[in-house]
Amino acid sequence: MDPVYQALIDIVGEEHVSNQQEELYIYSWDLGTTEPHRPDYAVSPRTTQEIQRIMELANSNKIPVVPLGGGLSLAGLAVPFRGGILLDLKRMDSIIEVNEEARYAVLECGVSQGQLTSYLERHHPGLAHSEPGAPPTATIAGNAAVHGQGDLAQPYGFTSDMVNGMEIVLPTGEVCRFGSCSIGADWFTQHPLPDVGLFLGWTGTTGVITKISLRLFPCKKIRGTALFVVDNEDQVPEIFYKITHTQMAEDIIAFSQTIPPYASGLQHFTINLAADSEKELEFKQEIIFDDALGEDIRRGDGGYLGFTPGLERPQISKTSDWRKGGGFEYVGSIMPVSRYPQCYRSGKEISERHGIPYTVLGRCIGAAHAMMFSWTYAFNRADPETIRHAREAMHETDELALELGGTIWKPGLYGQKLVMDRLDPNTLDLMKKVKQLLDPNHIMNPGNWEAG
Amino acid sequence: MYELRFDANKCLRCPTQGCLTRCQYMDIDRDTAREEIGKIARGEDSFVLHDCVTCYACEEYCPMNNHPFYLIVERQEELNLPPLPRPLIQRGINMGVPFRGEPAIEEVNGRALLMGAFADHMFLIQGRLFEGLPVISDDPRKMFHYFCQLMYLHYARMSVINERLPKVIETISRHNVTEVVCFHDECYGAYNSYCPAMGIEVPFKTVHFFEFLYHRLLELKERIKKVNLKVAYQRPCSSRLSHNKHLFVQDIFNLIGAEAVPRKYVDEKALCCGGTIEGQRRKGSRKRALEVQERNISDMAEAGAEVCVFNCPACYQTMSHLVAEKGIKPVFMSDLCRLAIGERPEGWR
Repeated sequence: MDPVYQALIDIVGEEHVSNQQEELYIYSWDLGTTEPHRPDYAVSPRTTQEIQRIMELANSNKIPVVPLGGGLSLAGLAVPFRGGILLDLKRMDSIIEVNEEARYAVLECGVSQGQLTSYLERHHPGLAHSEPGAPPTATIAGNAAVHGQGDLAQPYGFTSDMVNGMEIVLPTGEVCRFGSCSIGADWFTQHPLPDVGLFLGWTGTTGVITKISLRLFPCKKIRGTALFVVDNEDQVPEIFYKITHTQMAEDIIAFSQTIPPYASGLQHFTINLAADSEKELEFKQEIIFDDALGEDIRRGDGGYLGFTPGLERPQISKTSDWRKGGGFEYVGSIMPVSRYPQCYRSGKEISERHGIPYTVLGRCIGAAHAMMFSWTYAFNRADPETIRHAREAMHETDELALELGGTIWKPGLYGQKLVMDRLDPNTLDLMKKVKQLLDPNHIMNPGNWEAG
Repeated sequence: MYELRFDANKCLRCPTQGCLTRCQYMDIDRDTAREEIGKIARGEDSFVLHDCVTCYACEEYCPMNNHPFYLIVERQEELNLPPLPRPLIQRGINMGVPFRGEPAIEEVNGRALLMGAFADHMFLIQGRLFEGLPVISDDPRKMFHYFCQLMYLHYARMSVINERLPKVIETISRHNVTEVVCFHDECYGAYNSYCPAMGIEVPFKTVHFFEFLYHRLLELKERIKKVNLKVAYQRPCSSRLSHNKHLFVQDIFNLIGAEAVPRKYVDEKALCCGGTIEGQRRKGSRKRALEVQERNISDMAEAGAEVCVFNCPACYQTMSHLVAEKGIKPVFMSDLCRLAIGERPEGWR
């Protein structure tokens, strides 16, 4: 028997490791346009200690390791380009602690967004986490690891800004803790040094996150969405500034898309509001829609479409229905809010050139400090020509994001190269040194963030 | 091009100027009303064009059958005085564009129920009441081919209605239908009020939904058990275009043993759901909509209503959670009728 396969069985048990082609096929691709690559082994560990032993095995045998959370990153970030071990982390799904007083949760790395949401609703209704618009099976750790953003990004920033601490298995097998937990205290702050940033944004190339402490926030009794619409994209940055100035919203998203027709050519805002009483809700609506945006409405430049109780998460995946075949992928960027008009116009132009109904979205991060702007491209999985168009459109959009002065969010290989080509040489050199220090045999998610 | 059949002389002869003096949203005396309707008829600006909440009620109040509301809307468009902000109008106009292919045309050769742009409400068309009745527009992907377009009266866009409605009529006609039961008041109003007022030909007969329900209940009379509920009816704006059919509301209630509670805002004095008011350009519109809803629902509650009966899905969407918060159960008229014949509508508790 293959000794690596046998060693993996010894670590996690026979039922949690596979080298069968039909199972490896599932792990060979994600939902985007990246070409598939099969791993040699798929392994599903349950404990940090098992992951530690797997990393020791992989490092000593120089076997590539690709950590996988919910598998929803789309951009090929967890496709095993060089085979090796695909580390499926979904069994690491314990919610270890929820601390109501200090408002944080300690989670294993496979805990999903939907799992935490339902757990908090049931056991801690006064607390919420920043939930992204991804399907509920997306993992919390995965979202933090790619600098994701959720529906509390406007007041509190990126999900990676909400990390109090982490437990990491290094590529060489050591288990390290970062944050206050590293000195035996509670998991309530990410200080002291070293910084958790060594492992956030690196796309699993510096270690495997096994536990994460995530900040939670007050969850008010009433949460819902108000809609506002303008017909001129040049107005959007100002609307973002006006709403963020009120400090009354939980989430602010602007979007425009060809389908359905009502959204075409217009810029819709979903503005999430939260309140503990009707009085508080009405106060917030008055401040935003009567005061901050009242003049836009009276001039006839902006329209209020009402408030709907209950949160409907933004479902960018609906874009996959825009054409036959059910495929979609998007380029995300972190962009100054002021660039929304150019992002919209250029994205529309790229989409039209490739025969794809356009779909764009900008989510406000912080007090309009930035936005995550995404351009989504639908394709037919059974039609290679539409896949080629989507892929080309995304490459053009990667370049556009940088030309407009933004950064590419969770870039795929093409976007990573564009970023590294522009990166300050000393910074790039530092990245290489960090990578070499942490992963001397270059086994972690190889192909990603490789600077040659 | 279609032309509104409005006769200014009728207004001059009008003994009441009821169109404006009875308006529940503007306080206008007879002299002012006569002056303002004259201005509007002559194509001049008037505060009425700015302050109208587009509740349609003046179509009912006019004793001369002279279409004052259509005139107001026409002038709002001509003088570029839309009651709603520009993006809302564009959004609304975009919404009515069919985008998921052509509808499947099946010939009916008789009577059919028309769901219009509410094909996603087929859950209301269930049970014995609708047995054997073919349905036109039961596919939400294709429903905008059957959208009567009258919603654009709220948007000061009669030009859009006039452009699209003949095509909708043609699509319905292709089903070879002789008699159309209109699920929504707006469709019935389009074919029985708006089209005649504009000179648009309608080649099929129409039946109001409540008239249909009433006669079906008579056919099923032996099954009726009184519901013994105290009810308030939320009258939709488009019911003003078919006020002679509003009587069927009470007829149905009488037949099924529903007690319409004594209310201040009922029948001709019914209040708008507020859905179109909240988005208007006029300063304070959002709060005004809340105030109208509060008055309306408090009136239902104080009168002792246990159930608020809707027929318009838009009213339901706007008000159902608000009435529920006051302890009043929201229910559609067809579901109430199903209850009376011993059926249990989905979700009824």
